[in-house]
Amino acid sequence: MTRDQALFEFLCRMGDNTLILGHRVSEWCGHAPVLEEDIALANTALDLIGQTQLWLGLAGEVEGEGRDADKLAFHRDAWDFRNLLLVEMPNGDFGRTLMRQFLFDAWHTILLGRLMTSSEPRVAEIAEKASKEAAYHLERSADTVVSLGDGTEESHARMQAALDYLWPYVGEMFVADAVDQAMAEEGIAPDPASLRPEYDALLGRVLKEATLIIPDSHFAHKGGRDGRMHSEHLGHLLTQMQWLQRAYPDARW
Amino acid sequence: MYAQMIKTAGTGVKSPEEMTEEERRFQARVDANEKIEPKDWMPEDYRKTLIRQIGQHAHSEIVGQLPEGNWITRAPTLERKAILLAKVQDEAGHGLYLYCAAETLGVSRDELTEQLLSGKMKYSSIFNYPTLTWADMGAVGWLVDGAAIMNQVPLQRTSFGPYSRAMIRICKEESFHQRQGYDIMMKMAQGTPAQKKMAQDALNRFWYPSLMMFGPSDKDSVHSAQSMAWKIKMNTNDELRQKFVDQTVPQADYLGLTVPDDHLTWNEERGHYDFSEPDWSEFYDVLKGNGPCNVDRLTARREAWAEGQWVRDAMLAHARKKAATKVAAE
Repeated sequence: MTRDQALFEFLCRMGDNTLILGHRVSEWCGHAPVLEEDIALANTALDLIGQTQLWLGLAGEVEGEGRDADKLAFHRDAWDFRNLLLVEMPNGDFGRTLMRQFLFDAWHTILLGRLMTSSEPRVAEIAEKASKEAAYHLERSADTVVSLGDGTEESHARMQAALDYLWPYVGEMFVADAVDQAMAEEGIAPDPASLRPEYDALLGRVLKEATLIIPDSHFAHKGGRDGRMHSEHLGHLLTQMQWLQRAYPDARW
Repeated sequence: MYAQMIKTAGTGVKSPEEMTEEERRFQARVDANEKIEPKDWMPEDYRKTLIRQIGQHAHSEIVGQLPEGNWITRAPTLERKAILLAKVQDEAGHGLYLYCAAETLGVSRDELTEQLLSGKMKYSSIFNYPTLTWADMGAVGWLVDGAAIMNQVPLQRTSFGPYSRAMIRICKEESFHQRQGYDIMMKMAQGTPAQKKMAQDALNRFWYPSLMMFGPSDKDSVHSAQSMAWKIKMNTNDELRQKFVDQTVPQADYLGLTVPDDHLTWNEERGHYDFSEPDWSEFYDVLKGNGPCNVDRLTARREAWAEGQWVRDAMLAHARKKAATKVAAE
């Protein structure tokens, strides 16, 4: 694997995470529990799609085969997607959506912070822009997780159930493979495992305030970020997202 | 502006002799284009009518998220997806400004929401039509937002201060919405034969419902006369509809699309287009709840509200706990 091949994979991981999560969050449009949440969810989705344009745009550039961000988003099949399994999980109720967002935002914020000092200036530049948005997402999702965790009996039970359901998808964020090793050696991106202590500390703090209990298990479902085995959910998401581009391949939009 | 068939409270315009001293002073301020602010004295019927009008407009923004939200997950490019998300987010924001403006008149957002969900208050008829192809995202921006702007631009000068200020903010964003809608139509109309077909089909389906957005003719209505005297309605429905047709037909021509009206002709003498009236019986059916999407739209809003109850309860409970802890600490 050359440097650029590894970098391409890494950039697809970044862009696919924001693309798939942005899609999931946008599914809420018009259906949120309160108007302010509708606005905030649309805003989050919008930020994530904007970040996708940057990451996948750069991925296409690095690949050098003429694929742009849209080509990568709309013309790859599930096995070519490199997002974490966590972000393709269905929304569930509002609580699960916000718990998923929090688990992602916490990791995303820490990672973007490290990427701001990447040896690859184009990566550092995107990270700089995205980190401001991610910091705001984290503030909001953490606050909501606290309010709902420490709200009513029902909301507490729902949030604990959401955490229990999503927890097995957290570990995948921290497992390194050859791509990560290459990125770390080049100083482009940190070793994923190195993010865990900060992540655990952050989660511990917020979830304690939310009166929620982190499951006592380190089991992790894997297969998203290397594309080896996505969940069944991703295929359905792609049929919707890619349908127009696939049905009318000769059209420009 | 997405308010239609707003029933003006009261019995019609009073002559100065019929007015009380307070009413005369109020009307003089309106006539002098002074803004009426929430704490100022106002006739009860003015307040009631404004609540109906602003509330219906707010509800329309909220329900209006649904037909466009229907295409966010299927938007054909990342840029189109981002633009559509931004637009729907704006609409929710417009709902928020308008509910806030209504609140200054003494009605809470929750009360208004309950009235929407119970069917007591309406939202614009236009949102009871389905969005079936990507070209509909163009048609909604171009025609629906275009028709809305016709009404909203003059309402920036409306007599009630908070409503006028909300309209000024909203108009800025709406004109961006209309432009992006037209841009989608342009791409579609100049695209492949299939895209062009989608564009024409969207115009065919949205043309008459867009004309209905202005409501039936009200030139002889005493209620409209009262709302116009209060400057909460600035033009008659027919004036605005004519203006919309005059503006839109050349745009359709430019796109190479055909307005679905065999009687559409330029009337040199009037300096306006002559055009066919929409089918008003269809309009009244839609208002009664029999439009293609009435049931689905209201069900979606009711479900969102009901399924969000636990979230709203929890947020309130948490805020109370925090406040109690703060008090205990002091």
